[in-house]
Amino acid sequence: MLYRETGQFKTSYQSDNQIFPIRQDRVAISCLLLFAAVAVPLFASPYMLSAILIPFLIFALAALGLNILTGYAGQLSLGSAAFMAVGAFASFNFIARLPGIPMLAAFVLGGLCAAMVGIVFGLPSLRVRGFYLAASTLATQFFVIWCLTKIPYLTNYSASGVVTVQKMQMFGYEFNSPASKYLLVLAIVAFLTLLAKNMIRSSVGRSWMAIRDMDMAAEVIGFRPLRTKLLAFAVSSFYCGVAGALYAFAYLGTVEPEAYNLDLSFRILFMIIIGGVGSVLGSFLGAAFIVLLPVMLNIFGHFLGLPTNYASNLELMVFGALIIFFLIVEPHGLARLWQIGKEKLRLWPFPH
Amino acid sequence: MSFFFEVLIGGLLSGVMYALVAIGFVLIYKASGVFNFAQGAMVFFAALTCVGIVDKFGAPMWVAIPVTMVVMIALGLAIEKVVLRPLVNQPEITLFMATIGLAFFIEGLAQLMWGSNVHKLELPIEDVPIAYLMEHYNIIISQFDVTAAAICALMVTALALLFSKTKVGRALRAVADDHQAALAVGIPLQTIWAVVWSVAGLVALVAGLLWGARNGVQFALTLIALKALPVLILGGFTSVPGAIVGGLIIGASEKLAEVYIGPMVGGGIEGWFPYVLALLFLLVRPEGLFGEKIIRRI
Repeated sequence: MLYRETGQFKTSYQSDNQIFPIRQDRVAISCLLLFAAVAVPLFASPYMLSAILIPFLIFALAALGLNILTGYAGQLSLGSAAFMAVGAFASFNFIARLPGIPMLAAFVLGGLCAAMVGIVFGLPSLRVRGFYLAASTLATQFFVIWCLTKIPYLTNYSASGVVTVQKMQMFGYEFNSPASKYLLVLAIVAFLTLLAKNMIRSSVGRSWMAIRDMDMAAEVIGFRPLRTKLLAFAVSSFYCGVAGALYAFAYLGTVEPEAYNLDLSFRILFMIIIGGVGSVLGSFLGAAFIVLLPVMLNIFGHFLGLPTNYASNLELMVFGALIIFFLIVEPHGLARLWQIGKEKLRLWPFPH
Repeated sequence: MSFFFEVLIGGLLSGVMYALVAIGFVLIYKASGVFNFAQGAMVFFAALTCVGIVDKFGAPMWVAIPVTMVVMIALGLAIEKVVLRPLVNQPEITLFMATIGLAFFIEGLAQLMWGSNVHKLELPIEDVPIAYLMEHYNIIISQFDVTAAAICALMVTALALLFSKTKVGRALRAVADDHQAALAVGIPLQTIWAVVWSVAGLVALVAGLLWGARNGVQFALTLIALKALPVLILGGFTSVPGAIVGGLIIGASEKLAEVYIGPMVGGGIEGWFPYVLALLFLLVRPEGLFGEKIIRRI
C-alpha cells in the first residue's frame, strides 16, 4: 500500500531520469543517509564505529570498484587488493614527500596512481578473456606487493617495511575520534557512490555493459573496446585505490604491504558475488555480509565455548559453506532478493 | 656451465611438480568447465589425511595411502552431489566462486580433523643427490626429484590411456566437447563429473604426497594452487600435455630467473615472475600453448 508509484507522474525529462524514480525510495534513501550521518555517530559505540562501520564502508567502496570492472564491464579481476595497496602507499608518499598537500588531494592522487597501474595491467584484457584474464590479474597482485616490499623508497625507507600513516587532517582539524573518521569515510563513500551510479547510468556505463554482454558485437556497433575496457580498469582501480587509502588512513593506521594480500582480493570478490554482480546496492550488501559474518561467527563460537583452535577452523568451514549455500540459493546475490522484495511490495496486497 | 645445467634441471624437475597440480585443474576444467580453485586445498587435504592416518593410528604408509584414496574419492563424490549438482547451468564465475568457498571449507575441515601443526611426511625415497651424476658431471640432482618426475610421467601416461582407450575416457572427452550433445547420446553427465572429481582427488593425493615429502605437510601446501595457475595459462586450460609443457617451462624459467635476474632486483621474484611470463605469452597466444583455439561468433 505504501510502496507504489501510483499517482507519481513524470512531467519533465529530468524527473524521468532520476536515480530513484519512486518517491518512497527517495524518502527512504534520504532518511538512511540522515540516520547514517547524524544518529549513528551520536549513538554508536566507538567499537561499533571503528571495528564494523568504518571497514564496512571502506570495503563497500572497494567492492563497488570491483563491481564496476567485473559486474558492469565484465572483466574478472583477482587483483583488487593490489590496487588498494597502490592507493594507500601512493597517498602515504604524497603526504610524506609533499608537505602541506591537502589530505583529500593526496587520496585523489593516490587513486589516480592506482588508476594508472590499473590501465597498465588492464592492457592484456584486450587480448585475453575470462579465466585467463582472471589468472593474469594475479600478476598484478603479486608484482605490486613485491614492489612494495622490495623497493624501500615506496615505504619511505622504513626498516621493517611497515609504515605508520600520517594523521588525517583537513583545514587544521584532526580526525582523531572514531566518529569523525566515520563521518569522513561516509562522506567520501557517499560521494563516490553517487558518482559511480551516475557513471553507470550514462553512456559510459552503457558502453561497459555492451562490452560485457558481447564484446565483439559491441565493437561492431561502434564501441571502442580499447577505450572502454581501459576506462573500466582505470575507474575501478581509482575506486579501489581510494578505498585502499582509506583502509590505511582511517582503519589500520599502520600498514604493511602484506595487509593487501590475495585474501583481501578474494574477500572483495566474495562481496560482489554474494551482494550481487552488477549492482551498486549489491556492493554494500555484500560488504556488510562479509564484514559481519566473521564477527557473528566469532560471537557464536564464544557462545558455544569452543576452544579457539577449533573455533577458527570451524569459522573457516562455516564461511566456505555459507558462500556455497548462498551461491546455490541465490546466485544473483542479495541485491536480487531486495529487488524481488520490492516487486512483491509494489503489488501487495493485491498481487493479481 | 654445470651450474647452469643444475639450475635448469632442478627447475625442470620442480616444474614437473607444478604440472602435477596443474593436471588436476585441467581434468576438471575440461570435463565440467569448472575452474576449480579448491585443487590446492584438495592437495593439502589429501596429504594431511594421509599423514594424519599414519600419525594418529600408527598405520603404515601402504595402508594409509589406499585409505586416503578412498577418502578422496568420497570427497569427489560429495562435492559433485552437494556443490555442483545444484549449480548446474550457472555462469562460470559462480562455479568458480563456489570452488573458492569449497577451498575454505576443505582447508577448515582438514585442520579440524588433523590439527594445524606441520607434519613430516616420510616417503621411502631419499632426498639425496644422485652419486653418479655428481661424480662424473659435478651436477647435483636429487634422487627424489627424479623419482617424482617418473611418478608424474607414469600418471600422465595412465591418464592419457584412460582418456583415449577406455569407455569412460571416451565419455569424458565427449562431455568436454559438448555437454548437451553428450547428454543427447545418453552419457550420464553427473556420473562423469563424479568420476572426474574423484580422479582429480587422486591426482591431488599424488601431488600432496610428493609436495608434502618435500616441504612438510603444512598449510602452505594450499598455496601451490597459485603456483599452478601460470602453468595453466601457459599450457592452456584444456590440455593435459599443455599442463606438462607449461610446468616445465615455468619451472625452468622461474629458477633461472631467480638465480640470474633475481640478485639484480633484490630477489624473491619467484612469486610473480611466472605470472608475468605467462601474461606476456598470452599477449601472443591468448589461448595458451595447447589450448583449444577460441573461436568467437556474434
